[in-house]
Amino acid sequence: MIELTINGQTHALDIDPRMPLLWAIRDAIGLTGTKYGCGMSQCGACTVHMDGKAVRSCVTPVSLAQGKQIITIEGLDSTLARAIQDAWQKLDVVQCGFCQSGQIMSAVDLLSNNPQPSDDDIDNAMNGNLCRCNTYVRIRAAIKLAAKALA
Amino acid sequence: METDEKLNAIKMTRRGFLLTSVSMGAGLTLGVHLTGCGDKKETQTQSRPEAGPGKAGGEMVSDFSFAPNAFIRIRPDNTVTLIMKHFEMGQGTYTGLSTLIAEELDAAWEQIQVEAAPANAKLYNNNFWGPMQGTGGSTAIANSFTQLRKAGAAARHMLVAAAAKQWKVPENEISVQDGILAHAASNQRASFGVFAESAAKEPVPADVFLKEPDEFRLIGKTLPRKDSNAKCTGKAIFTQDIILPGMLTAVVAHAPRFGAAIKSFDATECKKIQGVVNVVQIPTGIAVLAQDFWSALQGRNALQVEWDESAAFKKSSAELMDEYKALAKQPGTVARKDGDVDKAMATAAKTLRAAYEFPYLAHAAMEPLNCVVQINAHGCEIWNAAQTQTADQMAVARLLGIEVGQVKINTLYAGGSFGRRANPFSDYVLEAATIAKAHGGNTPVKMLWTREDDMRAGYYRPMYYHELKAGLDKNGNPVAWQHRIVGQSLLTGTAFEPMLVKNGVDATSVEGASNLPYAVPNLQVDLHTTTLPVPVQWWRSVGSTHTAYATETFIDELAHAAKQDPVEFRRAMLKDHPRHRGVMELAAEKAGWGQTLPKGKGRGIAVHESFNTCVAQVAEVTVNDDNSFSIDRVVIAVDCGLAINPDVIRAQMEGGMGFGLATALSSAITLKDGKVEQSNFHDYQILRIKQMPKQVDVHIVKSDQPPTGVGEPATPVIAPAVANALFNATGKRFYQLPIKLT
Repeated sequence: MIELTINGQTHALDIDPRMPLLWAIRDAIGLTGTKYGCGMSQCGACTVHMDGKAVRSCVTPVSLAQGKQIITIEGLDSTLARAIQDAWQKLDVVQCGFCQSGQIMSAVDLLSNNPQPSDDDIDNAMNGNLCRCNTYVRIRAAIKLAAKALA
Repeated sequence: METDEKLNAIKMTRRGFLLTSVSMGAGLTLGVHLTGCGDKKETQTQSRPEAGPGKAGGEMVSDFSFAPNAFIRIRPDNTVTLIMKHFEMGQGTYTGLSTLIAEELDAAWEQIQVEAAPANAKLYNNNFWGPMQGTGGSTAIANSFTQLRKAGAAARHMLVAAAAKQWKVPENEISVQDGILAHAASNQRASFGVFAESAAKEPVPADVFLKEPDEFRLIGKTLPRKDSNAKCTGKAIFTQDIILPGMLTAVVAHAPRFGAAIKSFDATECKKIQGVVNVVQIPTGIAVLAQDFWSALQGRNALQVEWDESAAFKKSSAELMDEYKALAKQPGTVARKDGDVDKAMATAAKTLRAAYEFPYLAHAAMEPLNCVVQINAHGCEIWNAAQTQTADQMAVARLLGIEVGQVKINTLYAGGSFGRRANPFSDYVLEAATIAKAHGGNTPVKMLWTREDDMRAGYYRPMYYHELKAGLDKNGNPVAWQHRIVGQSLLTGTAFEPMLVKNGVDATSVEGASNLPYAVPNLQVDLHTTTLPVPVQWWRSVGSTHTAYATETFIDELAHAAKQDPVEFRRAMLKDHPRHRGVMELAAEKAGWGQTLPKGKGRGIAVHESFNTCVAQVAEVTVNDDNSFSIDRVVIAVDCGLAINPDVIRAQMEGGMGFGLATALSSAITLKDGKVEQSNFHDYQILRIKQMPKQVDVHIVKSDQPPTGVGEPATPVIAPAVANALFNATGKRFYQLPIKLT
């Protein structure tokens, strides 16, 4: 049995300990906001928070996630996260939207640790999150807008 | 793909009675509006949790609703649900189509919910494609422009008629704004919902008024996207997210080379994996069905498959390019011929030559291809981000031996497509349906391709080879232009072939070259079409993905040879193309064209028309001592006719440019002994945020012409603009994509 605490709720799951956290979240628990894009930590669509840090759930075996606090896009409820989601909507960042859960999870991690990031800080923090629609200009702007709103 | 619809310029729709065309929504659905029973259905539709695609599930919202045509549902609770005939892949269609309807309906933007249309080629066809429902070619807004405004105006007319009857006032004294009907003199006001039931009893008007541009309240304004909230909160449902009772997940082992077949397979170890339920052989491979994706993947890893590669394609990209170069030595099939190129070339004061090489490209949308299929007693139900619903319906109906109407499609949000989900052979949809059929029963099957499956499945933008030759007279004026293209045809063998492959020339192989806008008296474009087992498909901006690069970098070379400024040189040759000239001048002006740049920096321009939209881009680059380079700023000017949603246009210009930039910097699919060398994002590199220009400015040309598409036209312009900027910085020309500076 694997015990996972996702968005504050503990689930006891009869799954392979090597199963990536992504598939436990999606298939075993049924939360689908976290996306599969590459399976090898190349695109960031699967980004979730583990004990407050952004991780790629597609390469994190559930055995390593036991006993940790896992937050997915569905579980975001902090002031900071809401500011980011608001900024994302104010600037209409999204296009296809498939990567955006992961983008937002990475942006929350960034602003949690660095409330006033420089342009380079943003690019460095977000470089692991691919967006094939290339919404990058607006991602940068939305992070700055959120940082300003929170200041 | 032009129809009279496109000719419906705004000027033709000035206030006055218009005859409704056959494609008008109101005329189409006289049989659809239902009254009476059906409480159950109504309860279901009212409990719909989230505005979004696929929720309608093909069910027409009936009773108690005002459904004046195929596109509008107004309920007594004052919700206005608009039915979207085009799918949303990020391009902003749901926002754009809603704007057209809401404008003439005079609804409040906030009260509008959107829902994907069911698959129905009669009600929801693309007016540019005939009786076919589908999205592509940057046609969504253009083909809907008149149709959906008329649909909105018809509904408004019926609401007004109902209000006039109840209030006992003349119809022409009733105003409508932001979803409120009002009669000032009698001080009466009501929401749409109040008249939903009585408006439904009004006759659908045969003729409607449309607004004049100066009366627009929504068109031309920045409106929030309809899909923004759902996509910022993880609530938007993509195909990957479908969960159905009893559903199995299927992963398929595909052949390692195109044209290979299964010789034998052993599933003994695979079936031992916990969660694996079944293993079935299908024409395209071996499918492992399991309780979840991870188990299916483990099962696939444990499969032993022996492939028969006797008929498999085993060539490499380099070999193919050599063959293409050899072909180019011979004249091809003529696509355009003006004057006498040979004669003009022979007498030219100066001639220039260039040859360009373009690799295969994968669409590589963020959501790897997938499809959910359930075969049931009524036929078949599909959950998919369907881009060409009618084609998918027909393909699946043929496979299962059922009627097209028995294939129900729930169209979902697409996690990108860039053309891929409009596969002309419905490849991945058919694969999912084949697995469901092979498994048997009515089990829902969710087929998921891994990123590697998606990357290696073919249906690429083809490899191309171009040769150009031009002659200048002694004053530097181009007098001859010869352009030869070698590559695979996108349309041969597809439903579009009869329309777009003429006299051996696939229009999409030469578009952007055969309609070169520059005035050259002697001009010839010819084509060698190659036939290979590597599957190819349209890819965002189609033929322009390669022709824009070849023509716009070569014209830059000519300007340099003629010792003229690239903008001035182009301007002189664009006398008959005011829209090209307009965007070029606007981009140049906003970019500060002509201002000197510090050493190591360069500026370049490109201008190109695709899908009836003109785009010019000015790129500014910095080249470092180690030969690395960055794109610092891109200024974009676009003429897409009347701007329906300026912010969506800006977003498509930014994103479309970034999509093209990846082809200039890094993306390439290569074959080695027939095998695709790339597999995931580490070796098929798409643009990352660090590579996105720091500054992207978009300028929209003011226009009162009918709207044209914006999803694709920004993509092909950036690579030549960057190459020309790199030339400006380094003095070097670049004849291959992606660009290598060393």
